[in-house]
Amino acid sequence: MTAPAIFARLSGFFLVFMIMALSLVTPSVAQSQTTRITRVVSPGGIEAWLVREKTLPLIAMEFAFMGGAAQDPKGKPGIASLTASLLDEGAGDLTAAAFHQAVADKAMEIGFDANRDDLRGSLRTLSENKDAAFDLLRLAVTQPRFDTEAVERIRAAQLAALRRRSTDPNSIASETWFARAFPDHAYGRPVDGSLATVPTITREDLAAFAKRTMARDNLKVAVVGDISPEDLGRVLDHVFGALPAKADLVPITDVAPKGIGTVDVVPLDVPQSVVLMGSTGLKRQDKDFIPAYVLNHILGGSAFSSRLFKEVREARGLAYSVYSYQVALDHAGLWFAGTATKNERAGESIRIIGEEFAKILAEGPTKEELDEAKSYLTGSYALRFDTSSKVAGQLLQIQIDDLGIDYIDKRNALIQAVTLDDLKRAAKRLTDAKDALTVVVGRPQGLSGG
Amino acid sequence: MAAIIAAASASAALSDAHAAGPEISQFELANGMKVMVIPDHRTPVATHMVWYQVGSADEQPGKSGIAHFLEHLMFKGTDKAPAGQFSAEVARLGGQENAFTSYDYTAYYQRVAKEHLEKVMTFEADRMTGLKLTDEVVLPERDVVLEERRMRTDNDPGARLSEALQATSYMNHPYQHPIIGWEHEIKQLNREDALAFYRRYYAPNNAVLVVAGDVDPAQVKALAEKTYGQIPRADTPPRARPQEPEPQAHRRVELTDPRVAQPTVQRSYLVPSYRTGEGREAVALDLAAQILGGGQTGRLYRSLVVDQGLAAGAGAWYQGTSYDATRFGVSAAPLPGVTLEKLEGAMDGVVAKLAAEGPDELELARAKTRLTADAIYARDNQATLARIYGAAWATGISADKVNAWPDEVKAVTADEVKEAARRYLTLDRAVTGYLTAPAPAPEKTPAKAPENRS
Repeated sequence: MTAPAIFARLSGFFLVFMIMALSLVTPSVAQSQTTRITRVVSPGGIEAWLVREKTLPLIAMEFAFMGGAAQDPKGKPGIASLTASLLDEGAGDLTAAAFHQAVADKAMEIGFDANRDDLRGSLRTLSENKDAAFDLLRLAVTQPRFDTEAVERIRAAQLAALRRRSTDPNSIASETWFARAFPDHAYGRPVDGSLATVPTITREDLAAFAKRTMARDNLKVAVVGDISPEDLGRVLDHVFGALPAKADLVPITDVAPKGIGTVDVVPLDVPQSVVLMGSTGLKRQDKDFIPAYVLNHILGGSAFSSRLFKEVREARGLAYSVYSYQVALDHAGLWFAGTATKNERAGESIRIIGEEFAKILAEGPTKEELDEAKSYLTGSYALRFDTSSKVAGQLLQIQIDDLGIDYIDKRNALIQAVTLDDLKRAAKRLTDAKDALTVVVGRPQGLSGG
Repeated sequence: MAAIIAAASASAALSDAHAAGPEISQFELANGMKVMVIPDHRTPVATHMVWYQVGSADEQPGKSGIAHFLEHLMFKGTDKAPAGQFSAEVARLGGQENAFTSYDYTAYYQRVAKEHLEKVMTFEADRMTGLKLTDEVVLPERDVVLEERRMRTDNDPGARLSEALQATSYMNHPYQHPIIGWEHEIKQLNREDALAFYRRYYAPNNAVLVVAGDVDPAQVKALAEKTYGQIPRADTPPRARPQEPEPQAHRRVELTDPRVAQPTVQRSYLVPSYRTGEGREAVALDLAAQILGGGQTGRLYRSLVVDQGLAAGAGAWYQGTSYDATRFGVSAAPLPGVTLEKLEGAMDGVVAKLAAEGPDELELARAKTRLTADAIYARDNQATLARIYGAAWATGISADKVNAWPDEVKAVTADEVKEAARRYLTLDRAVTGYLTAPAPAPEKTPAKAPENRS
């Protein structure tokens, strides 16, 4: 079903979270793309990666300011998110209405979104309108107005979305998990704030956040489309050149999830319990990240052939959706599994997922499973590069993860090189997952042993 | 399998093709199967889809959900490819696959490196008529579908209201039943039901093959003849569904649930689709949806959210890709302290004004720009293109008509938009839905008794 447009502005926290997980999980490749990437450095020293693509009259730009919601002051989560939502609500001499009209008149798409570790922006435009599009983007990034009218209107929309999520089992599961796992850390705070904190955020908070976290030294940019490197260089200075040279970021400490081995039930009157189990994973820079990624694929990453899919869904019909995935945040590696199953069989589902974790960690996958995983992961890499926005998104993520401009060429070889011993080594470092911090939202039965 | 129920995408669904749209090759195999090939040579991958012109609205009474259940069961194997083999092979090739069911169609797809196209075509052709089912696989899968229903609908009050709104919108047409089926009927579906439905509708002459990507039409044609071309034509019944009478009365549905923390009001009108509409009615409705609900420049947002300060959000949609009469919707979420009645009244005012006065030239031009740009943006995504052309075919719209769509958008006049709104966006064609929380329980001890009245 099409989501009601009224909630398009703030997608559910869980959804945002899932998208982040997908994009963080690892880039994959397409040989044909790599050689086409140009590293562009503007006269003013701003860097971007460009794939020049002239087939279609489009330009896609994806960019990120590192920092994100982790930079929200303690006690006031939601500032990064609200800031992101307000950047295109009036800028320079354009009011919100005038700004939106200018964007709509030329069918451009400009959007911003806050995550835990960054604030991302995207632009899509027809090539013929690129000058106007980049000029509007310049205003949004460098001269957001934060007019009272706009702040109150977007605050009201944010509160409406938060009210809606306050009884949504997926949102509750995710927020509860992070709050329990990181009680004394920025990652424990809700990215979009709460019903208590969003009303307290002032326009000064927003302006200060933008000024502090949107700078040239924490900016990563990727562009795909019909634009030359020389033109892009000029565009980069035009759009981002007026930003401060340096961001003023609060240091964030590395952290591991707490509460491993505990189960938290949040009662909610729904027929189906939503289950989220999470434990320690590996960060993207970890030398065992790729083996851990392959291990996860075999356990619950593969859509129709993972162990969790076969055991929970296919053999027992316990759930429609069952999966596991890694989230590599800047300061924590995480490994999650999730499902949704009728209350009467929730305990059984949780038990089976736990057993599958324990089994794969103790015994490892078979050689055949490893070979099939490699075959899928290397063969499917090209599918991540089949639209301009997807290519730009991959180029941005590779920059954020600091994997190098030749990563796309190297990536499949990294997967191919993984051995069963590598998987054992990674598994040893992931033994938390046998127990996990489990959050269940619903009226689950049979939690103590099925 | 991870069967996505595509309740069809909303207003942008038909938007594709541009003046210089993709050059689609179309042909038909001797057994009646249609083929469309959409070129995209930017990446060496191909999207392979088979669409059957059968959906939930073609089900027999009492068997709601069988089209979707069969879609799940299509992954359970054939004599040549026992259960799991097709999926395992797709995974081994680095491919992605899935399937989805809607009111009017059921589709299966794989996305693979282009050199693997023949392999997926061979498997897909095999399961067009070779499905084998046993109760050992059918019964657990039925539980999976029931869990899918709980996840999508039963666990979410908003989705339950949407289901009630859909059911109430159609008094006679089978669009009144949810695609996934009613729970009590899903529980009764069995192997025989699935096979009967399969034998009745799954045939080459009731399907279209869409291949998008880095492929050559001549090569696709040769492969299609070698695979799908070997399957004999079957005697598929013509599509004949009970049609809606002209609606006579405004209807209301209200869903009250303690879990509703943010109320909403939703309204849907019975309107023509691209297939059933006369002249440019459907494209005028697409423009009306854009003018009313196109983001922050849409009239509903500007009026209800910005000017009147009644709503946190507001929008509109039109589902033009539908074989029979379809729906046009508007919705809004009130700010605290604003009643749904008041918000509904304001929403009515916005819709009525469009019907009375039509759009102004500037906003009409802006809406046209948006829709024609969508057609260009769609060309950036071969999977999107494959879905647009496949869904169009399954709902009775030719590829040529899809290609002509941007020109049709440009030709629509302000009067045509006004006339479409005047004729169709009227209360007697509408259902209005309220999503609310229960009124607070009365206090156990009455508030202080009035004192000192004199």
